[in-house]
Amino acid sequence: MIFMLQVNDLYFNYGKKPVFEGVSFDVDEGELCGLFGPNGCGKTTLFKCCLKFLKFHRGSVVMNGIDITDHRIENMAKLVAYVPQEHKPPFPYLVKEVVLMGRTPHLRGVFGISRKDKEQALNALEVLEIGHLADQPYNQLSGGQRQMVLMARAIAQDTKIMFLDEPTSALDFSNQIRIWEIMHRVAEEGVTILACSHDPNHVSWFCNKVVVMNRNGIVAEGAPHHVITEQVLDDIYEGVCAVRSVGGTRMVMPRKVAEREVDGISIESRFGMRNSVPAEVELI
Amino acid sequence: MAEELKRLSILERLGYERIEGFSEERKVGILVSLLALMIVTAAIAISRGVYEISVVDVYTITLAHLSPLGDTSAVSRLYDTIVWELRIPRILLAITVGVALATSGAVFQGCFRNPLVEPYILGVSSGAAFGASLGIVYPQFFLSIQVSAFIFGSVAVALAYLLARTRDETPIVTLILAGVIIGSVFSALVSIMKYISNDSALREIVFWLMGGFYYASWKDVALVSPIVVASFFVLWLLGWKLNILSMGDEEARTLGVSPEKYKFVLISIATLITSLAVSTVGIIAWVGLMMPHAARLLLGPDHRFVIPAAAMLGGTYLIVCDTLARTLTSAEIPVGIITSILGAPYLFYLLRTRGRAIFG
Repeated sequence: MIFMLQVNDLYFNYGKKPVFEGVSFDVDEGELCGLFGPNGCGKTTLFKCCLKFLKFHRGSVVMNGIDITDHRIENMAKLVAYVPQEHKPPFPYLVKEVVLMGRTPHLRGVFGISRKDKEQALNALEVLEIGHLADQPYNQLSGGQRQMVLMARAIAQDTKIMFLDEPTSALDFSNQIRIWEIMHRVAEEGVTILACSHDPNHVSWFCNKVVVMNRNGIVAEGAPHHVITEQVLDDIYEGVCAVRSVGGTRMVMPRKVAEREVDGISIESRFGMRNSVPAEVELI
Repeated sequence: MAEELKRLSILERLGYERIEGFSEERKVGILVSLLALMIVTAAIAISRGVYEISVVDVYTITLAHLSPLGDTSAVSRLYDTIVWELRIPRILLAITVGVALATSGAVFQGCFRNPLVEPYILGVSSGAAFGASLGIVYPQFFLSIQVSAFIFGSVAVALAYLLARTRDETPIVTLILAGVIIGSVFSALVSIMKYISNDSALREIVFWLMGGFYYASWKDVALVSPIVVASFFVLWLLGWKLNILSMGDEEARTLGVSPEKYKFVLISIATLITSLAVSTVGIIAWVGLMMPHAARLLLGPDHRFVIPAAAMLGGTYLIVCDTLARTLTSAEIPVGIITSILGAPYLFYLLRTRGRAIFG
């Protein structure tokens, strides 16, 4: 079995402060893998090591069967796309120009940008349903809109692997769901996706696989229903979360809210404002 | 209509493709108009001067020299010398220097991801000033002021680059600070030169620092122009790469453009032409800062268009400023003074009216 992405026993430290030690996991081709973990546990650093922005000290990263230290920067860009968490350039490039930049690894010749590249850029905007933003200056959009544009750029880049650093962090609820559904669709077309997220529900609903990270490495790895459990969440969040089944769908919720619902008494009814309603009915 | 179709098919054979939503014809049109503007300005500038020569005579002389069968015996020798040996090389040199400063300004702004950067940011002007003053004060050790200025201008940038380089990386902030440090060191050295020089040398240094085309000759044009034009085309071809670099180092890596490699190439070429320009005509301020802004205002931030537009605007601007410098009064005004006086209000206007669009 050859994995599209293999991370083997990776060590990294900023100066003397270790960020992670001995991280290993792998992602299969066409898999949508969620990377989940608390703030500051090194998710972004791990991404940057995998993308060769940072030099790790021990271990190896293998993409598409080739160790990344052997990949040249131009070839890396044909293989893997990256959507950063937040990014704002100093110049007011138009959205369509930013998306067209995603075609850079595939450009050749003096004239460079061909009809096909431009079409692919416009298509990517359509996939994200943000065609109406095409002629607006990218650096004057809201953070969420910029995230969508960067996602469109990654799609225009047309790579086998995609790294997304909290792609939904600045989006409204409906756009969060839309982005996850787009990622799901892209993964079904055979693209391998590694996305980190802070929402345990999102990773458990949309991902094929989840890797859970803590301050010093990987805590759990596997299918979402094996990994997003109370035990694992307790391990990283120290008793904040509860996992319940709501109408057959697993929900992670704050423990305090869950306990309140289990008693069958909502806050309003406790104050005599309304009769208690069974938790399941109320949530659906 | 048929003409229109023919034009299109030629462009398409050259690899130009139209697609809805990415129309570049307007931008190409603006570039062509800017080129026309520069040529017209140059043509007008030839006929202006302190010494009155009729417009007919000026163009007779020009055409006589340009056409292979030209005959200049019909016009007076004095007129011929003024037009062909003084005005025309001077205008060509002004265009060359304008192109050099504006192009490198656009490149530096893109590389440093900062629209307020100018080509002198890495200390090339201070280095060149020191080189020139050495050449002025100690003519016995330095063959020419120009060569000495060029060498020290380039050395200053190389030093700044080396100072800023740590572990195969050259962070922008460190580079700019290194440039400022090197610049101030060389400025101090220039002050020492001023301090120890005698009156006539001091006067020469001061004039050199203000910049001017007083000594422009065909020799300068032949030396500087080919290098500037060639460098301009190389930088123009790297325009798309510069777009990517201006997004930031990590973005550039993601998109397959090595930031270290391309920044080095772009900064080296931009420094070469800045250093050449400065060593030939002294320090001319504002052109490298303003022209890329004006170009962005006209054509948007895409460097494939900003670079040529800035270059042509730079050429035009310096022709205008230099023509003013040599015709406003009977004595010459250093052109650096005029570029600053004309340029500052323009930049102020930009800042107040279009600041958001340009500065993000």
